[in-house]
Amino acid sequence: MAEAGPAAPARQSTEAETPMTSLTTIISTVSASFLASFVEVVEAFTIVLAVGVSRSWRPALTGMALGLAVLGCLILVLGPLLGLIPLHLLQFAIGVLLVLFGMRWLRKAILRAAGFIAIHDEAKAFAAETDQLKRQAADRRADFLAASTAFKAVLLEGVEVVFIVIAVGAGRGLIGYASLGAAAACLLVLAIGFAVHRPLSRVPENTLKFVVGVMLTSFGIFWTGEGLGANWPGADLSLIAIALLILAVALAAVRLLRNLTTAAAVP
Amino acid sequence: MSAVRTAFAELLGMFIDDGQLALTLIALIALVTLAVKSAWIGPLAGGLALLAGCIALLLESVYRHARRNLAKRD
Repeated sequence: MAEAGPAAPARQSTEAETPMTSLTTIISTVSASFLASFVEVVEAFTIVLAVGVSRSWRPALTGMALGLAVLGCLILVLGPLLGLIPLHLLQFAIGVLLVLFGMRWLRKAILRAAGFIAIHDEAKAFAAETDQLKRQAADRRADFLAASTAFKAVLLEGVEVVFIVIAVGAGRGLIGYASLGAAAACLLVLAIGFAVHRPLSRVPENTLKFVVGVMLTSFGIFWTGEGLGANWPGADLSLIAIALLILAVALAAVRLLRNLTTAAAVP
Repeated sequence: MSAVRTAFAELLGMFIDDGQLALTLIALIALVTLAVKSAWIGPLAGGLALLAGCIALLLESVYRHARRNLAKRD
């Protein structure tokens, strides 16, 4: 895509160099990254825990370590490339991906809240994974299969965390803050998980996904608009206005869908 | 090869759940970008059109899913 918007500014790559960084953006970046990463890490933790409990901790921790190593390599390779992309182009590209990513989360969260899709249940996911691993116990490759299950979970959920950190942080050169939010989420999940030693089924995952869907969609629309050269009224504060509008629409959609169900149930 | 296919499917799945929603979103973004680039509308109007369009497409997608789901129940 050609450079969007008026005179493209020079690439801003660090927090200190970003003049328009406001407290609003920092808080929303850290909280979006924290909440989204929290949900992803809970899902990965459930699977690693299932492997550890039903097979043994060796393949669970080996798979997890390998997954983290691959993620580390991905970050080392992709991270420096971001600095080469002009800011407006980066905002636009990330904005488009965030709109797709955030709307997918929000759509699912709305449908779950309205009762059209089953609520994600970590206890069920844990039981399903444990069952699967028990069925593989007789296989001579059982340790390998268990380790690869943990590896895949950490890698797949981790890739989403990496994307979220880049997506909410790169548009304003706030990857450091976004990483901080993600790291805090990882530490919190691990601390709670190892303390209670069971799946974190009491985490209100759908509510979190609803909030995160609203935040990511808002970031996406905001960045895409900025990538097109839009000067949003109120600058970064308009991010809050966009998020509130989307939240209101999403809540109204849940109500509308629940009414549809009620109306359909009446003979 | 199947590992690459699986990885690609997972990566795609991160962004696409309802294919029609994803396609219409991309079309909306392309249309708004074209309108701004061709100076038919200003960048701020483009941003607002994007916001309104995303909301409309989200509502259409959840409503469509709900109707289809209810029709299956009948």
